[in-house]
Amino acid sequence: MVVKIDRKKCMYCGACVSVCPRVALNLKETWVDVNEKCIDCGICVKLCPVGAISLKERKK
Amino acid sequence: MTDLKDTDILVIGAGPGGLRVAIEAGKLGAKVTIVDKKQEIGVPKRCAEGLGGGWFKRLGMEPDPKWAVWEINNARVFSPNGKEIKIGKNQYGYVLERKMFEKYLASEAIRKGAKIKLKTESLSVIKEGSQVVGAKVNEMGDEYEIRAKVVIACDGVDSRMARSAGLDTTNKLVDMDSGFQYEMANIRLGDKHALEMYFGTDIAPRGYIWIFPKGEDVANVGIGIGGNSEKTAKYYLDKWIAKDPRFKDASPIEINAGGIPVGGIMDNMVLDGFMVVGDAAHQVNPMDGGGIALAQEAGIIAAQTAVEAIEKGDLSADFLSKYNRIWLNQRGNQLKKVWKVRQFFEVLSNDDMDFIAEKLGMGEDLLDFAFGNNWFTFAKLFVERPGLFKSMKAFL
Ligand SMILES: Cc1cc2nc3c(=O)[nH]c(=O)nc-3n(C[C@H](O)[C@H](O)[C@H](O)COP(=O)(O)OP(=O)(O)OC[C@H]3O[C@@H](n4cnc5c(N)ncnc54)[C@H](O)[C@@H]3O)c2cc1C
Ligand code: SF4
Ligand code: SF4
Repeated sequence: MVVKIDRKKCMYCGACVSVCPRVALNLKETWVDVNEKCIDCGICVKLCPVGAISLKERKK
Repeated sequence: MTDLKDTDILVIGAGPGGLRVAIEAGKLGAKVTIVDKKQEIGVPKRCAEGLGGGWFKRLGMEPDPKWAVWEINNARVFSPNGKEIKIGKNQYGYVLERKMFEKYLASEAIRKGAKIKLKTESLSVIKEGSQVVGAKVNEMGDEYEIRAKVVIACDGVDSRMARSAGLDTTNKLVDMDSGFQYEMANIRLGDKHALEMYFGTDIAPRGYIWIFPKGEDVANVGIGIGGNSEKTAKYYLDKWIAKDPRFKDASPIEINAGGIPVGGIMDNMVLDGFMVVGDAAHQVNPMDGGGIALAQEAGIIAAQTAVEAIEKGDLSADFLSKYNRIWLNQRGNQLKKVWKVRQFFEVLSNDDMDFIAEKLGMGEDLLDFAFGNNWFTFAKLFVERPGLFKSMKAFL
């Protein structure tokens, strides 16, 4: 998994969940889960109001 | 406790949409179970808490100072060069304490017979063939099934249930606004009962900054920008607040964030045994981002349709689509127009915005225009600045 969500920044607002084309994100009460369906498209990264999501290089 | 695992209507999500569904369905005699994954209703708010005065009557409630905490009697819009457009004296409404408002709605729902399960996440809907017949839930670690005749997903912007049922509600990035807000105290508010909105492509790309007062020196100070903006919503808001002397001695008492689905009015919001309401169905005003009232208005229609379907014994999408038709007629088609107007506003340069502010003494004109009513007013603007007309035509 390469999408990283910084739990210290996340406001658990759920905005990211609404744009994920793979429904790979799930807002729990105070954090966001990412599952293996993620395709690293980066859409959620753009929308996050506080910049809590980043895409990290996938290890070969 | 009574058995909640077999109910007429299962509502997923205890926001304004879901709670209103429960109140209305309860009034009509249906047995309702509501689940919400949070441990407390109403927090954290993802909202500036503004509610137009006209909605109270339509939703059948009286403003109560316990949750309608601050009266609004006008709105002021500022163009990039600071030119003000007064929207008018007749713009009345309230800023709510949303946590209290939702607890009020929840109490009403309970009084109408609904049962609420908190810290209970709906994991996925259960289907038999094409028919949705309930949902699998997890209540504080305990996993079980709730069976229902109709499942109504009111699960907000972070909705997954419609998609789990097979209705694609994924938002496009361009149809989303990214929002960030501080509720602050000790602000030197000018007009204490006015909503203020600030436009400008550099302060809030594709959106605006707002001040919604909640008290003598307390206000929700926030921003909504296009979802595909260069920097984060927080970045733009922090930059703006730092420059404004009214906030020099102010500090936040709460921080809020959220996404606002402004651009994707759906023509179909039902499946066999299943309906979607509120933010989950993108029922938001594209111009002002308001969804508290719209979710409830749709919730009432959905509840009435669901109860009728149960009484008639016809739980098909075909029957439930009555909700689509009524809602689109009453609200949805109008919102589609508003979205087009908004897209026009989005392509305006700072110069264009200043020009419009200059020409429009009367805020009512702008408001009318924004809500898709009066195109005529703008004809005179286009004569003077044909470039505007070109940008507008692209969206009509
Ligand atoms: C920054 C910002 C400012 C805004 N300002 C305004 C404003 O001034 N005025 C206005 O009218 N609107 C405003 N809005 C919009 C408004 O907040 C929403 O439109 C409104 O909350 C929608 O109500 P809802 O009931 O559809 O969803 P929500 O209020 O989001 O409720 C959804 C509920 O569902 C629950 N849920 C989600 N998934 C599950 C699951 N799987 N299982 C169980 N429970 C679940 C959630 O926990 C939540 O409680 C603003 C939004 C933002 C982001
Ligand atoms: S959009 Fe950002 S702040 Fe909001 S829940 Fe997702 S990661 Fe957290
Ligand atoms: S990168 Fe794309 S697929 Fe992965 S979680 Fe974000 S939006 Fe979903």
